[in-house]
Amino acid sequence: MTAEATSSPVSPAEGPVAGPGTPGPATGRGPRARTTAAYLRYVAGKLAGAAVSLLAVLVTSFFLFRLIPGDPVRFMTGGRPVSAEQIAVYRREFGLDLPLWRQFTDYCGKALTGDLGTSYQFRAPVIDKITEALPNTLLLTGTAFVLYTALGIVLGTRSAWRHGGLGDRLNTGLALTLYSIPSFWLGLLLIIVLSVGVGPVPGLFPTGGMESGGKEGLAHAVDVAHHLVLPVVTLVAVEYGQTLLVTRSALLDEMGGDYLTTARAKGLRDALVRRRHAVPNALLPTMTLVFVNLGRTVAGVILVETVFSWPGLGGLFYQALSVPDLPLVQGLFFFFAAAVIVMNTLADLLYPLLDPRVGR
Amino acid sequence: MTVKTAAQPGPHTPGPRALARQRRRASAARFWRQYRRHRAGVLGLAVLVLCVLVALTAPLTVGADAQSVTGAPGGPLESPSARFPLGTDRFGRDLLGLVIWGSRVSLLVGLLAAVLSVAIGTLIGITAGHFRGWYATVMMRITDWFLVMPTLVLAIALATVLSRSLGTVVLAIGVTTWPTTARLVRAQTLAVEARPYIERAKALGGGHWHVMSRHVLPNVMPLVLAQTTLIISSAILAEATLAFLGLGDPTVVSWGGLLQDAREAGAVSSGAWWYLVPPGVAIAVVALAFTLCGRAVESVLNPRLGVSR
Repeated sequence: MTAEATSSPVSPAEGPVAGPGTPGPATGRGPRARTTAAYLRYVAGKLAGAAVSLLAVLVTSFFLFRLIPGDPVRFMTGGRPVSAEQIAVYRREFGLDLPLWRQFTDYCGKALTGDLGTSYQFRAPVIDKITEALPNTLLLTGTAFVLYTALGIVLGTRSAWRHGGLGDRLNTGLALTLYSIPSFWLGLLLIIVLSVGVGPVPGLFPTGGMESGGKEGLAHAVDVAHHLVLPVVTLVAVEYGQTLLVTRSALLDEMGGDYLTTARAKGLRDALVRRRHAVPNALLPTMTLVFVNLGRTVAGVILVETVFSWPGLGGLFYQALSVPDLPLVQGLFFFFAAAVIVMNTLADLLYPLLDPRVGR
Repeated sequence: MTVKTAAQPGPHTPGPRALARQRRRASAARFWRQYRRHRAGVLGLAVLVLCVLVALTAPLTVGADAQSVTGAPGGPLESPSARFPLGTDRFGRDLLGLVIWGSRVSLLVGLLAAVLSVAIGTLIGITAGHFRGWYATVMMRITDWFLVMPTLVLAIALATVLSRSLGTVVLAIGVTTWPTTARLVRAQTLAVEARPYIERAKALGGGHWHVMSRHVLPNVMPLVLAQTTLIISSAILAEATLAFLGLGDPTVVSWGGLLQDAREAGAVSSGAWWYLVPPGVAIAVVALAFTLCGRAVESVLNPRLGVSR
């Protein structure tokens, strides 16, 4: 997992830059070669940073779950009376009879090959449970991510462009309110109102899960989409406010810029000044924060999947917590953290291609 | 000459302490005058004062038996009536009383967690800004790592491995939410340390501790105050979230715990909306009030932010 994660960002990022920038032997070191070299140095720095971060996550995930007072076997057996032999069998099965440093090196070695241990609860490899649930989470998170980022950017741009007006105040107020609402609570309310139904209103959407079962092809896709509506609405509602506020303040920063006055002076329509000149410059800080805030999105996903019984990683995390199934909690902890780090690194590698001011 | 007058104040000139007090009072008054112009901030503050008063007077207004499961006054899951304005929970307890009691835990945990988080952030921010070199590099690297990490996942992991208590919740939230404060404080520290009077203090023999505590800290305090207000709001949400996931202290009533109870009691499928609405509204109102206050404080300190009034 780790090996793949750290090496994979290189190939897509190097492709477009190394191609046109590679100097021919006759031309010598031109300005493009210099920028390519600078970019490669930037890439190397970011990759090294990501590798250190991933290592830190690995170390944390190992030692954090050894902080538990007492024996992990006690958690596994859940307080049931077990014989001493049974405990010894468990200890050998999960490698708990080895000294701590051996457990650690084993853990790291296995994690590098994608083995995150065996779940106590499901008696199955943690990595299998993760790969099983991952597509469902990607479907939910991906849909919500696209929608809340787009919504946040569009509304944030409008808000900043007419800042101080009624629309701006309503927009910011609503975003702040939704931002202060616990996502799980909003999900529960939506279930009561739109799935269970209140008074004469019938339930419009399923209360949870991902499919009703027994459907094929197009009908199955429609069914999944039907199940997807409420979780996505909940996630979008609690997350778009952040993007809106960041876009708004990034654009407000740009609005004093002389280049906008110039654009207006040469007679461009207001909408064009906004779309072609101001917004592209404001997007970079927005995108940076969107990626830094992915950690917050993970929190939202865990809660929303729990509330809607969505069969994804978040729902799995909740199941693991309630036992507690430590190898699964540990594996998911590692996976969530690693995923966020990898996404952030990818974003870091893309910025210089989007905005030449970064990384030079 | 000036040194002499400052050391031995005459009968009419105020001493240095009195002068400092006067100046502080004047700047507090100036701050309040500007804060008052932010309508949303004033509204948030009013809501907060009201909530804190309700929480503090809970033993007088509702009494401790509101929380007891035995001898509850009503039947389980009664809808709102004249006797129980917000209905009853699954044990037949009055929900209004429970929400009022819950405010104590939610506010306390939010406040303590925010104070812990801001204290760690300020300490790391000031030292990383003051001591340059490898120490700052390592500290900022750690800060960046925590900044990117999914906070809730880390807090959940901590709460899972430690015992179930309010202290654990405070710790789990406190040690996972400090990085933004550390970065803001470090940036401000670097700006303050570039000013000439710091050089003067160092030339007069002021050590690291003196510079950090007497010159840098007072200058970052306003920022720290704004940051605390904003973090309390997310700490209250985090507390509710942990309690909802069953990682809170099971022996006390909190808003998140009430929501977990409601879900376990099947309030969702039986349509018992009155069980779910009040704790959630309470969380949202208090979190929003802290956010509004924090934003108002921020924009008084840094008018360029352009927060709408």
